[in-house]
Amino acid sequence: MTSTFLPDKRTGPDTDRPPPAADAVRGRARRRALNWLTAVSFQVPALVLFGVLVLLPILFALYAAFFRWGGFGRPSDYIGVDNFTRLFDDPVFLGDLWRCLVLVVLSLALQLPFALAMAVALNQRMRGRAVYRMLFFAPYVLSEAITGVLFSMIFAPGDGLADHVLGGIGLDGLGGEWFADPDMVMATLFLVMTWKYFGFHMMLYLAGLQSIPRELHEAALIDGAGPWQRVRNVTLPLLAPTLRISVFLSVIGAIQLFDLVWVVTAGGPDHHSETMAVTMFQFGFKRYQVGYASAISVVMFGISLVFALAYQRFVLRRDLEGATTTMRGGVK
Amino acid sequence: MGDPALSRRGFLAASAAAGLSMTALSGCGGDSDGGSSDGTTTIEWWNISTTQPTKDVWAGLAKKFEAQNPKVKVKIVQLENDAYKSKMTALTASGKLPDIFHTWGGGVLKQQVDAGLVEDLTDRTKDWAEGLVPVSKQPYIIDEKVYGIPFDIGMIGFWYNKALFKKAGISAPPTTWSAFLDAVGKLKSAGVTPLALAGKEAWTGMYYWAYLAMRTAGVGALQKANDDKDFTAPGLVQAGEHLKELVELEPFQKGFLGASYSGPTGQSATVGNGKVAMELMGQWAPVVQADTGKGLGDDLGFFPFPAVEGGQGAITEVFGGGGGHALRSGAPQAAADFLKFFASEATDLELVKKTGVLPVVPAAESAIADPNIKAVQKELTAATGFQLYLDQAYAPALGQEVNDSVAALIAGSKSPEQVTESITDVAKEEQ
Repeated sequence: MTSTFLPDKRTGPDTDRPPPAADAVRGRARRRALNWLTAVSFQVPALVLFGVLVLLPILFALYAAFFRWGGFGRPSDYIGVDNFTRLFDDPVFLGDLWRCLVLVVLSLALQLPFALAMAVALNQRMRGRAVYRMLFFAPYVLSEAITGVLFSMIFAPGDGLADHVLGGIGLDGLGGEWFADPDMVMATLFLVMTWKYFGFHMMLYLAGLQSIPRELHEAALIDGAGPWQRVRNVTLPLLAPTLRISVFLSVIGAIQLFDLVWVVTAGGPDHHSETMAVTMFQFGFKRYQVGYASAISVVMFGISLVFALAYQRFVLRRDLEGATTTMRGGVK
Repeated sequence: MGDPALSRRGFLAASAAAGLSMTALSGCGGDSDGGSSDGTTTIEWWNISTTQPTKDVWAGLAKKFEAQNPKVKVKIVQLENDAYKSKMTALTASGKLPDIFHTWGGGVLKQQVDAGLVEDLTDRTKDWAEGLVPVSKQPYIIDEKVYGIPFDIGMIGFWYNKALFKKAGISAPPTTWSAFLDAVGKLKSAGVTPLALAGKEAWTGMYYWAYLAMRTAGVGALQKANDDKDFTAPGLVQAGEHLKELVELEPFQKGFLGASYSGPTGQSATVGNGKVAMELMGQWAPVVQADTGKGLGDDLGFFPFPAVEGGQGAITEVFGGGGGHALRSGAPQAAADFLKFFASEATDLELVKKTGVLPVVPAAESAIADPNIKAVQKELTAATGFQLYLDQAYAPALGQEVNDSVAALIAGSKSPEQVTESITDVAKEEQ
C-alpha cells in the first residue's frame, strides 16, 4: 500500500523520456511527496499517543516480567524466565486459566444463544417492543462497580433479595450462600454476567437482524419454509458476521474480566472466583511484586493476542476481506 | 458478556496511579528548607486526616502552633489513606520526604530509616517523650532509636454483645482459649451465632492467627520469624491448629466467606444489629458498628484475646498499632517543636475529646467518656508486650501472604503446616 505513495523509479530524471513528460512526472512526484508528508503529519500525534500510552507500557511490562521488581526505581534484579515458571506452577494462576475457559464455554453455550433468542423474539412485531429492548439493554449501561454492589446485596446469604424471593415461593432449598460458597460462586457470577452483558449482544444481533432484507424472508416463505427453516437458512447465515464479532468480544471480555469480580468477591472465597486480571492486581498493587504481576499481564496479553490473531485469520477472514479490498480500491 | 473496555479502564487506573506518583515526585522538590528571607520557616505537615471532625481540629491545632511560634508557618497536606501510601512509596524512592509525615511505624518506617531519610529523634525528644504511654511508642522504635512520636494507639480485641452472652448463660468473658471455645459452644446451643467474620477481606481472619501465634509462641515470635525468614516454628503451627479448632466449631455467620467488613450485611453490621455475638476487631469497632448497623449501645463490651493454656504468651500482650509522625532527616527545629506541641497534654486532651483517638499522654485519659474505649485504654496502659499490625510490620507481599494463607486455613483448603510453609516461602523470596 505504501508503495503507491513513493516516487516511481522508472520515472526518475535519469530516464531518456522527453522533457515535457518528465516535467509532468516530476510534478506528480512532488504532489505525491506532499501527500505523503500530509499523511504523516496527520498521523504523528495519534502515533505518538499510541506509542507512549499503549506500545511503551506493553513493551515495558514485557521487560519488567523478567525482573524481580517492587515497582519503584529501576528494575535491576534480572531473574530470567523465573516469573513465568513460577506462574505456571502457581495453582491459583492455573485455576485462573481454568475459570477463564469455563466462562468462555458458558458464555458461548448459554449467554450468546440466549441473547440471540431474545433478539429474534424482539425483532417481531409486538406491543412494547421498544420498552423490552430498553429494559434488556439497561444493565449494560450500568457500571460494573454498581452492578457488583447491587448483586452482592441481592445475593447476601440469608438476608438478600434472592433468598427472600426463593423463600417466598417455597423454594428455600434453592437458596444458598451464593458468592460465599466456593462451589457456587462461579455459577452465581456467571448469572450476574449474563444479566449484565446479554443485552449488549442482543443489541448487536438486533442491528444485524434489521439489516437482513425482508425480501429474503418473503422469498423463503413463498418457497414454503417454516419458521425454524427461515431462522436456520436465512437469519443465521446472514447474521454470521455479527455472531462472529459478538463471540470475539465475549471471549476477549472473559479473558480480561476484572471489575465485577473485584467488587463482588475480590476473587474469593479462597480464590474460587479469581481471574487472571484479579491475580495480576493482587500481586501488582497489593503485594508490590510488579515483576511477577507483569509476567501475568504478559501472559494475558499473549493469550488475547494469539486468540485475536487466530480468530481474525481463520474466522473473521471473510468479513475482513471485503474491508481490505475496499481499502485497496480506495487508494487508487 | 465481554467488555472490551475493561483492559483500557484497568490501564487508565494504572496510569493514573503512575501520574499520581509523578506529581508526588515533582511536588516535593523545591524549597528544601522552607526558610525564607523574612526569617519565617515553613514546615510541611503531611497527614491522612481527611475526615471531619479531625480535619478541622488538626487545622485548628496548626493555627494554634503558629500563634505560639510567630516565625513558623505550617503547611498542611492532607491525603486519603491509600493515596497517601502510594505517594509515600514514590517519595521514598525519590529520596525526599516531607518535613513532618504520618507514619504507622514498623516495616515501612524501617525502610525509610534504612534509606537514611528519617531524622533520629532519640535525643531531641527524650525530655518530653518519656512520659508517653509505653506501647504507643513501640512501633516507631527501630534498633533502639526513636524515629516517630505517636498521637494515637489502639489494639485488637473481642467486642461482644452482653445481652447475647447472658442469653447463652456466659457469666464473664473468657480469659483462656478453652473457656473461649466453651463460650462459642454455649452460644451456638443457645441459637446465637458466636462470631462474625468478613471472609472477603482476608485481614479480618489474620487477627485470629496473629493473636494465637502471640499466645502460643510468645510476643516476640512473629517479629523473630520475620527476621529469620522462617515461620515454621512449632508455636506458629500450633497457632494454626488452635484456629482450626475454632473453625471446626463452625462459629461464623452464614456466608461469612463472602462477607465484607463494613458493607451493609458485613461483619460489623451483623454485630451492630445484634445478630452475632462477637467480633475480633480494633478500637474503631464501636464506631463502625453504629455506622453500618444500629449499634449495641450499653450492651457492647470488650475483652482481650484469651491466653492459650501452655503457651508462652500472656493475655496482657497486645496486637495493635496506631498513628504517629516522623520527620525527614534534616528537618528544621520547628518541626521537632511541632511534634512536642502535638504530644503535649493540652493537645492530646483536645484530640481525645474531639477526634476520639486513644490518648498517648496518660493524663489525657480523663477525657475518655466511652466506657468501652476506657476498657481498651486500660489494656493498653497495662500492656506487657506489643506486636504491631502485620501489614505494617511486614513487607507488603509477606503481609498479604499471611492474610491469604490464614484465609485458606479458615476456608479449609490449607493445613496449619501449609500456612507456615507458604508464609516462609514468601518471606525467603522477599529477601
